Amino acid sequence: MAERETQDDNIVICRCEDITLSEIRDLIAQGYHTIDEIKRVSRAGMGPCQGRTCRQLIARELAIALGVPIEQVEMPTFRPPSRPVLLSTIARGEADE
Amino acid sequence: MREVDIAVIGAGPAGLAAALACGRSGATTLLVDYMDAPGGQLIKQTHKFFGSERQFAGTRGIQIPDIFINQLSKMPNVALMWGANASGYYADSGVLTLEDGGKFIKVKAKRVIIATGAAEKALAFENNDLPGVYGAGAVQTLMNVHGVKPGDRVLMVGSGNIGLIVSYQLIQAHVEVVALVEAAGCIGGYLVHAAKLRRAGVPILTSHTIVRALGEQTVRGAVVAQVDHSWQVKPGSEREVACDVICLAVGLTPLVDMMWQAGCEMRYVPALGGHVPVRDENMRASNPAVYVAGDAGGVEEASSAMISGEIAGISAAKSLGFEVEGADARLSQLKADLAAIRSGPTGEKICAGIERAMVCGGEW
Repeated sequence: MAERETQDDNIVICRCEDITLSEIRDLIAQGYHTIDEIKRVSRAGMGPCQGRTCRQLIARELAIALGVPIEQVEMPTFRPPSRPVLLSTIARGEADE
Repeated sequence: MREVDIAVIGAGPAGLAAALACGRSGATTLLVDYMDAPGGQLIKQTHKFFGSERQFAGTRGIQIPDIFINQLSKMPNVALMWGANASGYYADSGVLTLEDGGKFIKVKAKRVIIATGAAEKALAFENNDLPGVYGAGAVQTLMNVHGVKPGDRVLMVGSGNIGLIVSYQLIQAHVEVVALVEAAGCIGGYLVHAAKLRRAGVPILTSHTIVRALGEQTVRGAVVAQVDHSWQVKPGSEREVACDVICLAVGLTPLVDMMWQAGCEMRYVPALGGHVPVRDENMRASNPAVYVAGDAGGVEEASSAMISGEIAGISAAKSLGFEVEGADARLSQLKADLAAIRSGPTGEKICAGIERAMVCGGEW
């Protein structure tokens, strides 16, 4: 078992926020059973790529842990901005045309 | 706030074809891409296209963007915007937010065509964050756009057409492909591409997966192993291969963030790469102001992307009363072309996927 844990520690699921498979599995074991919940407690999916790498990997882990097909795993809420924008850009307001 | 009839997000093959159709109709059109140059994946497709002449058979992918841009740049009703990040779509007002060189811009568009393409899927294996682990798209960009070799010895993971073609392009660049592993029992891409690799002596290991990357600072090798029918590693089958690059070509998933933002009805369709918008035959989504084109509607390839892009472009323009003579005949022709591209054994899966993604009866 110890070896298993070490392996999962070295599998990166969310590259932006540096979150490993063992951390994701821990959260699922604690009862965080949606991508949105995992996102809120761990920041997985909140980095520059906005979940493009980790979303499906986390969905797969949830599907396995909950014993449901992956299509039954609820997708997180998608909000703008879908790509990083500097806060100063938005704060300056709309550019004059 | 800027106002246009139609905004096209993404200037890859689908977006270019969509914008050209919109431009021809007379609608004011804005084509946006976040890269500094248009073309999307075409900019690294150095191979010649096949199929029919209408889909640029015989032309190299890298030559196609210019063919579109030459026409688009002569159209006074079409505006082109590169290096602009389309970051949000607000369905209640039809407003798009863009960032262009540090400037925040709002665009009100009567119709939006989402042609944002697809993202590469990731793979969970031990040490998957070691430098030297690449997506196939990155390897192709390094080699074909920048002329940079990613390394000297590559382990390719995934035998879809991207894995097969990138492997061959690596060999052409005098990079050794030490092996190609595929978890399924047979190759995913065309035999013609796989045959080229076999003739070059590359071992294609089906029913195999990567277990871990080896190395301290960078990739020095990998452990591969056989998998059984339930994708579990067969104990004792692990072995080491020496390599300095691990290239992941394990599929693509549609980039549909803006479709979710637009409140479009979505459906999970594995054959199309993941969640896709439910659409009608004219590529219209459940939100009547939103159309989808190309890989964003389901992962296929550039030829079908150009066709679905043109269908979306003609249809979006038509819905606003902009219609060129013969538009209906052209739509029928395009739909027939799409069906022809999807015929054949590999098209079966796509067709089944499209059927699942199609609104009941083909129209809203």
